[in-house]
Parts: sequence; C-alpha cells; structure tokens
Amino acid sequence: MAAIQTEGMTKIYGPVHALDGLTLTVEPGTVFGFLGPNGAGKTTTIRLLTGMAKPTRGRAWVAGEEITDSGKVAARIGYLPEEPAFYRWMTPIDLLDHVGRLFGLSSQERRSRTKELLELAGLSQVGKRRIGGFSRGMRQRLGLAQALVNRPEVLFLDEPVSALDPGGRKEILEMIGHLRGQSTVFMSTHILQDVERVCDTIGIIDHGKLVVEAPQADLLDRYTVPAFELECEEGSEAAFDALLKALCGLEWVASAVADSPGGTVARVVVKDLEIARRELPAQVVQQAAAYGVILRRYQIVTPSLEDIFLRLVNEANDHSQEVAE
Amino acid sequence: MSFYASLRKEVLELVRTHRLLIMAIVLIVWGLTSPLLAKLLPELLRLVPEGEQVMSLIPPPTISDAIVQYQKNLSLFGLLLAFLLTMGAVAQEKERGTAVLMLVKPLPRPVFVLTKFVALALAFLACMVVAGVGGYYYTMLLFGAPDLSAWVVLTVMLWLYMLVYVAVTLLASTIAKSQAAAAGIGVGGIVILGALASVPGLGKFLPGQLIAWGMALFTDPAASAWPALAVSLGLIAACLIAAWLVLDRQEL
Repeated sequence: MAAIQTEGMTKIYGPVHALDGLTLTVEPGTVFGFLGPNGAGKTTTIRLLTGMAKPTRGRAWVAGEEITDSGKVAARIGYLPEEPAFYRWMTPIDLLDHVGRLFGLSSQERRSRTKELLELAGLSQVGKRRIGGFSRGMRQRLGLAQALVNRPEVLFLDEPVSALDPGGRKEILEMIGHLRGQSTVFMSTHILQDVERVCDTIGIIDHGKLVVEAPQADLLDRYTVPAFELECEEGSEAAFDALLKALCGLEWVASAVADSPGGTVARVVVKDLEIARRELPAQVVQQAAAYGVILRRYQIVTPSLEDIFLRLVNEANDHSQEVAE
Repeated sequence: MSFYASLRKEVLELVRTHRLLIMAIVLIVWGLTSPLLAKLLPELLRLVPEGEQVMSLIPPPTISDAIVQYQKNLSLFGLLLAFLLTMGAVAQEKERGTAVLMLVKPLPRPVFVLTKFVALALAFLACMVVAGVGGYYYTMLLFGAPDLSAWVVLTVMLWLYMLVYVAVTLLASTIAKSQAAAAGIGVGGIVILGALASVPGLGKFLPGQLIAWGMALFTDPAASAWPALAVSLGLIAACLIAAWLVLDRQEL
C-alpha cells in the first residue's frame, strides 16, 4: 500500500489551475522531495492531502485513508506548515502536551513523548519558556516536534527550511534524515541542495502538473551526460591540445575540445558511456605520458539536480507553449 | 476526548492571556459597586456646585435603584466584554495560522468552535456568580435584603444575555478572515438585534426581554418571558451551528 496516492487531483481557484490532474505515488518509508518553483502547486498539494482544502476533482489517499475522511487521516499524519504559528502564551511543554491530548495519549505517554521530542528538537533547556520569544529556527524545530507527537505514518513538511540560516537548515535536515524508515516524509521545497541532501525520491511539479517522479539515483542516471572532464597543469597547454586530438581519433569518442583555445580544461564527449568508462582512463594516462602532459583532474561529468530540474521545467514550459499554439 | 483537550486549552488561554482577569475585574467591580454607587450618588451630587438644588429634585435612593444600577452596568459591560473577548476567537487563529496547526490534528471543527463558546460561557458564569454574590451582599448591607430568588434569576438572565452576544460575535469571528472584519460583522449583528428590539411587538421575543423578566420578578413573582428565553437559546444554538457549518466549508 502506497503511503500517498493521488489520482487526477485538481484544484481550481477561479481561472487559476493551482493543481492540474496530479497523479502521484509515494512509497512508504521514503523521504519524498516535492520540488518546484514558487507557485508550482506544492503548498496546494499539501493543503489538499492534509484536509485543509478540498480538491475540485480527483481522489487521494494518505496512509490508506481517503482524504475525504479527514478525521481518520488526521490521526495518522503530522504536518509542519511553512511558517508554523503557535499560541504565544504556551511553552513548548504546554504545546506538546496539548497536541498529545488531541491525539488521545495517556498522561504518561505525553510526559515521555514531550521529553523525547524536546531533546530531539534541542529545546530541552527552553521547555518552560514562552514560545512568544522564540527565534525562527527554534519555532521551526518546535514545529517539527509537534508534528511528530503521534509518531505519524506520513509527515508533511511544507518548505521546512527555506527561511532558515545555514545552521538552522542543517539542523532541521538532519532531523528529517533521521526519520527515514520511521515515517514517510513528504517534503516540499524549491531548494535543490536540500532535496539532494535528504530525499531518496523526487517529484518535480510545475504549473500544477507533475513533470517527473523517480528515485533520485534513477533521475541522476537517466539524465547523465555522456562526458568526461580533463584538466592539466598550466604550462602544458600545447601538449594537452595534442592529447585531445589523439583522443578524438578513438572511434567511441565524439569530441574532445578545450573549454577555450589553449585552455587547461577540456570536455570529452563519448558515443558509448560504458566503453568510455572502461577504456578512457587507460587511454588518457597513455596519451598523457606520450605527450608529457601533467594531468590535474579526470572526472565523469555528473549532472546536478539543478541541471535536471531546469531542463525538465523548461521542457515542460516549451511543451505547454506548443500545446497552446 | 478532543473536546476536553480543546476546552482545557481554551480555559488556559483565558487565564494565561489575562482575559479572565480582565473579565473578572470588570464584572465583579461593577457587581460590587453598583449598589454602592446607587447609595453614594446623592452624596456625590452634593459635592458638585449647586448640587443641593439638584438633590432636592432627586428622591432618596432605594433598593430599586441598587437593582437597576446592577442590571444596567452588568448588561452594558457584559455586552462589551462578550464582543471584545470573542471577536478574535476564531478570526485571529485563522489570521495567525494557529487554526491550521490545530485543525490538521484530530480536532473536529465543530469541537473547535464549541469549546471556545463553552470556555467563555464558563468564564462569564464564574465572574457573574462572584459579581452576583458581591452585589447582593452590598445591596443587603446598604438597603436591606432584596428578593434572593429574583436576584438569582436576574443574574442568570444577565449571563444568558451575554451568551447571546458571545454566540453572535463567535459566528462573526468564524465568517471573517481577520479580526477587524470580525469586529465589523459582530457590530453589525449587535446593531441588527438592537434595531429589531425597537420594532413594536417584536421586543418581547428578543434577548433584551430576559433582563426585563429578571427585573420584573422583584415586583411580580409570576412575571415571565418564556418566548424571549426560547428565542435567546435558539439564537445561541443557531449561531453555533452556523459557525460550525461556515468553518467546515472554509479552506484554511
């Protein structure tokens, strides 16, 4: 059973299709990164899945419960909004205790869970301080703690780190990483580095439509560029040029060109990546020795998630424009 | 389960944000001082220049003056408190985002609204009990003992009268997206109720008649205003149900 499943989920606000037929499956125990530019439909998706809004069309299930049964869904999920708001008069202990009561935990369970979550969030020292005076980072960590009170099967995090400083981001991402295997985490964000750091599966959304959904490793493999980068020490540019020409003579090499004329960095594009992976290192070492080139770097070009994201979003936009025309 | 958890939070909020304290101070002070004011008003007027001449026109204060003062002050300040303490109850939570954080948990929306009403009703009840006891004691001390059962009924009617305005304002707070809008809608509701009361023949069915009933009991123990009571309770129930239905359809 999928942790989250949607079928043609659509949300229309007047003339705006905030979400356009979203069909998505999130496997249990994964950290799912829901990636998209601002206004793509990420928050709308979370609002629909958590029962805060109703879809115009389509169906969805969270932890096996259809979202129309919001009571059953609520008991099995946790939710951290982008900017969590708390009762300023409460202390973290008050808040976690109150949330525990809403989930029907016994007083002993509430006490132990509160202690455990305050430690996890690094808020044990300020457990009795009023939340009103908390910094943004502290509120975010408390927000994550309150979302975990019921040990949720599915945890929704809406841009959990986008407004935090690097230190705060690292802390929250580490907390999320620790949840892998315990809960299914559905994390929306527009920060690619965060997704690369903690998510094992990625969905990219743009203009309310799902562009791609795949495990991160598959996505990186799927969009791998068949190329290698070579860099030589300064002073051996002429010999480096000769080496590149020699590599061009190999039948499985498409091109081997320096980034700039007489430059020290070159890109070797190959016709067959598997052959190149096996043969190229030996060829490079052999030719470098023959021409007297001192090599500094040899590297397979791996696309960043950012490259893939931009490529897919641009492709989706081009396709939309073609359809419109 | 969630009802008691939510009610506990609402009561705690009234205490920790000092709203209960403000309510208690206003209602208890007016409950205690109303008979005192009735007694001292002539003495105070005497201190004003030419006050002696005015004094000759005013009859000596009686127990009725104390009861009227008690009723007028508590109904006016009770209404003000009901409005001011309720207008942000739901609207502020929606505006700040705390409603989303709570309603995504197993807290049904009707319970969310109902517990706000019940907490305010309990707070008003506690304050009115103290104000009623204090007011009765001072009236007894200064003018002699008023009819106890009539005093109790008057205090209960004042409490119910306040609850009508709590319910009306709570509905306004649920409809509105902000506190300011809630205040506007709430004032509109209160003005409409006031305007309806001035329509000939209609007033006897409206909440204001509850207070008139309580007052009439001091002179006529058989007096009653059952239709007004039924309408007031119906209005409270209708406002709460409407608030639930409105909130249930709202997207947060």
